[in-house]
Amino acid sequence: MAKELKVEDIIKILDKYGIVELEDIEIKGDIDLDLSISTAEAAASASSVAQYAQILGQGVMQVALVLLNIAKSMGYPVENVLQQYIAPAAPPAPPIEELEPAKFEVGKEEYVGKIQEVTLGATSKDGGTRDHTITIGGETVPPFYTFQAPMPHPIVVTVDTFDMPIGLAKAVKMHYEDVMNDPGEWAKKVVEKYNADMVTIHLISTDPYLKDTPPKEATKAVEEVLQAVKVPIVIGGSGNPEKDPAVLEAAAEAAAGERCLIASANLNMDYERIAKATIKHGHVILSWTQLNMTDQKTLNKHLLGLGVKREDLIMDPTTAALGYGLEYAFTNIERIRLAALKGDEDLTFPISCGVTNAWGAREAWMVESPIPQDTTWGPRELRGPLYEIITGYVLCLAGADMMMMMHPEAAAAVKEVTMALMGKVEGGEDIPVADWVTFTEDKTIGEWWNAYGGKK
Amino acid sequence: MKAKSPMDIYKLLPRTNCGECGENTCMAFAAKVMDRSLKIEACKPLVEEEKYKKTYEELKELTRPEIREVEIGVGDRKVVIGGQDVMRRHDLTFYNKCALFYDVWDTLDDKELEFRVKWITSWGKFYVGRVLTVDGIAVRSVSKDKEKFAECVKKVSEMAPDWPLILCSYEPSVLEGGLEVVGDKNPLVYAATKDNWREVAKLMDKYPVPLTLSAPNNLDMLKSLAVTFLKRGKEDLVLDPGTYPTGKGLQKTLSNFIRLRQAGILEGQREVAFPLMAIPMTAWMVYDDPKEASYWEAINATTFIVRYGDIMIQHSLAPHNIGTSVILDFNIYTDPRRPVAVEPGLRVIGNPNEESPLFITSNFALTYYTVESDISNSGIDCWLLVIDTDGLGVEAGVAGGQFSPDRIKDAFEKFEVEKKVKQKYKTLILPGLAARLSGDTEDATGWKVLVGCKDSGMIPRWMEDYWPPRE
Repeated sequence: MAKELKVEDIIKILDKYGIVELEDIEIKGDIDLDLSISTAEAAASASSVAQYAQILGQGVMQVALVLLNIAKSMGYPVENVLQQYIAPAAPPAPPIEELEPAKFEVGKEEYVGKIQEVTLGATSKDGGTRDHTITIGGETVPPFYTFQAPMPHPIVVTVDTFDMPIGLAKAVKMHYEDVMNDPGEWAKKVVEKYNADMVTIHLISTDPYLKDTPPKEATKAVEEVLQAVKVPIVIGGSGNPEKDPAVLEAAAEAAAGERCLIASANLNMDYERIAKATIKHGHVILSWTQLNMTDQKTLNKHLLGLGVKREDLIMDPTTAALGYGLEYAFTNIERIRLAALKGDEDLTFPISCGVTNAWGAREAWMVESPIPQDTTWGPRELRGPLYEIITGYVLCLAGADMMMMMHPEAAAAVKEVTMALMGKVEGGEDIPVADWVTFTEDKTIGEWWNAYGGKK
Repeated sequence: MKAKSPMDIYKLLPRTNCGECGENTCMAFAAKVMDRSLKIEACKPLVEEEKYKKTYEELKELTRPEIREVEIGVGDRKVVIGGQDVMRRHDLTFYNKCALFYDVWDTLDDKELEFRVKWITSWGKFYVGRVLTVDGIAVRSVSKDKEKFAECVKKVSEMAPDWPLILCSYEPSVLEGGLEVVGDKNPLVYAATKDNWREVAKLMDKYPVPLTLSAPNNLDMLKSLAVTFLKRGKEDLVLDPGTYPTGKGLQKTLSNFIRLRQAGILEGQREVAFPLMAIPMTAWMVYDDPKEASYWEAINATTFIVRYGDIMIQHSLAPHNIGTSVILDFNIYTDPRRPVAVEPGLRVIGNPNEESPLFITSNFALTYYTVESDISNSGIDCWLLVIDTDGLGVEAGVAGGQFSPDRIKDAFEKFEVEKKVKQKYKTLILPGLAARLSGDTEDATGWKVLVGCKDSGMIPRWMEDYWPPRE
């Protein structure tokens, strides 16, 4: 098949390659050029790009020659122009025999702010009964920028417990079934068996839609937990904005002097009452807003205005699960942390995240996908903990200091990876990672594969 | 990009307001180029007219993303990686999501190879109105045998003809074997190192395909390789600073990724402003227990999806690995400037009649698409009232007051629910997570309220138990 070209096409091609200047030539009418070489056909059958380029180049060259002849016949000084373009033919690039030496360097990012250090728990010397305290915050650079400054404190994991049995995903429930009727035993298990740094006791039974336990009565669970474990604790309400102020007030009184984290104050409730109880009984307050940095600043300011000290405030900017808005939680936290490091005094507080929310993702707990377009989701006992791990870990990368979690394996994994990123886990530097290319599996993986991935 | 405002771009445009780009004015076009929704090439006079040749070059330089874009593969499945302009997604957005590749190798028997390729290419998950997939296949030469590798690459490319490939070996002759088969399909070559770079460079002269440079935990060497290849005119490069999956190795790896990106974006160091490759599958070299290995592979993938990995190679095809990586990748690379909410309104699903239910949900995009697809897929005829929750999900909206009886009442009036939903029970169904609003919602709307399930995936089962409502 011969390729038909119009002169205007050719001028464009020539322009592009800068072979010759044709601007002053006016060609009347259209001249058809018949190229005997069939570039299109050859290209179709050509097996390599190089071959194609050569054939195309040959074609273009032929066009150029035809045009040069036309130009010459019109009296244009073709030779001079050609000399100008072609004569100083670039010598072929000399082969490079040695690597160019180079040194990688990059400057430091400058930050002026410092995150407030907040200490949780009080030992006997400070009027409490905890056997140690835990401090978070103190960062001066973005999370895990250990090449600029060390991370002052590890990420703290506090594991959720409740003052009554509640509905939990199967993968979570199996770890707590035996202790769900006893908050003290529950707390003991998460500390002694699962190595939690802290325990959160949620007074969920106070919810008017559940048991509507009166505030005073609910504090019994707080006392049981304080008796059962000696780590610092978090006290949560039921999330009911009408009732929580009274519940948290009573709980703060019952735990007076223990420097608990009181969770939480929110703009849509009587946060003043919670703040006052927190101050009076020597606790730390959790300032909770919903994915909104401006609200977070507002609530923090209100709480400080009520007399909460800067070292007694932690923020919860809201956690959304992987696949269900995690990117909003991530960016909200990242913005808050960077604003703080750039000096926004309303936001220089440690950040806590309700990572247990990850279990709200259906991928974490459903047996299989309800959606026909999906390929299999695989066994949920593998998916669920991973959803919690990733949700928590991503927020640590954004700037979180404290993780409220549930699944023991998830809690352990987030702890381990964040400790590693802080440089607190020895080893891992001598692995011959380049050998991944020739990595071969041992036989156990095949068996595992059959169990988990191999069937559909 | 170097341009700091649309004015920087506008100054160099033809300023004729010709409209050929689809925008009314050159200023509007400049704004679109600035926010990267249009490329400078969309200005036809600029590209075509000789007199703009110089300014076109200037504009190209001015609007070039800080991190170079590299294409892998050809055709519809071609992936583009790199192209970042910012360190943080909220500073603008991240472009070209991290490309997720999964491995096969040349010592697999035919059955296993076929299984892996099929699994990789058929994996899919419905999410926010579309089906997500993975991006490509990495073929490793375990045998180090040219013929064997070529044969494996051939089989893969026959089973997955449109899929982008990475050819992985440190042996130039082995790589050549692969390139002889798929050299015309623009595969990514892995890798040139301090030991083989001369031979690989020669190979690149013959096959102009994108190339990975690898120097584990040695940024000086990585830069040295990049400078050398740039000097030879090779620009479609990907950098592999090594992925150490645990302990201090992981700490160092994250530092390397962050610092390379700082150099590229904050300091405009063009010699290292290339897409970065992470290889989470190195976790399999550390852990013997497959579950632990798969979790640590996922943890490494998470690290480098969030922090500056532009392409990665993973090993576990278990659904929990693929699923979490694909969703996280999609989430992190979602444009934060894009609205998160859908339009409130009364949606009609199927052909509802006087016995059909009326469901209420929020206008958070993720919630809406999930609920809508669950209902549609189970073939339930109904009405779905999407109320304005300022784009919050049900749980957050209930806590914050954006999912409230008042908002439901507003929606009832605005979308004429009384008039349009001719249902004989006069009963609406609240999401299970909004159970506490049921009394007030009955008062506000005058309709009876049933509390539905907590997850819309359970709606079919819920319908069996609770619908039609009992008197």
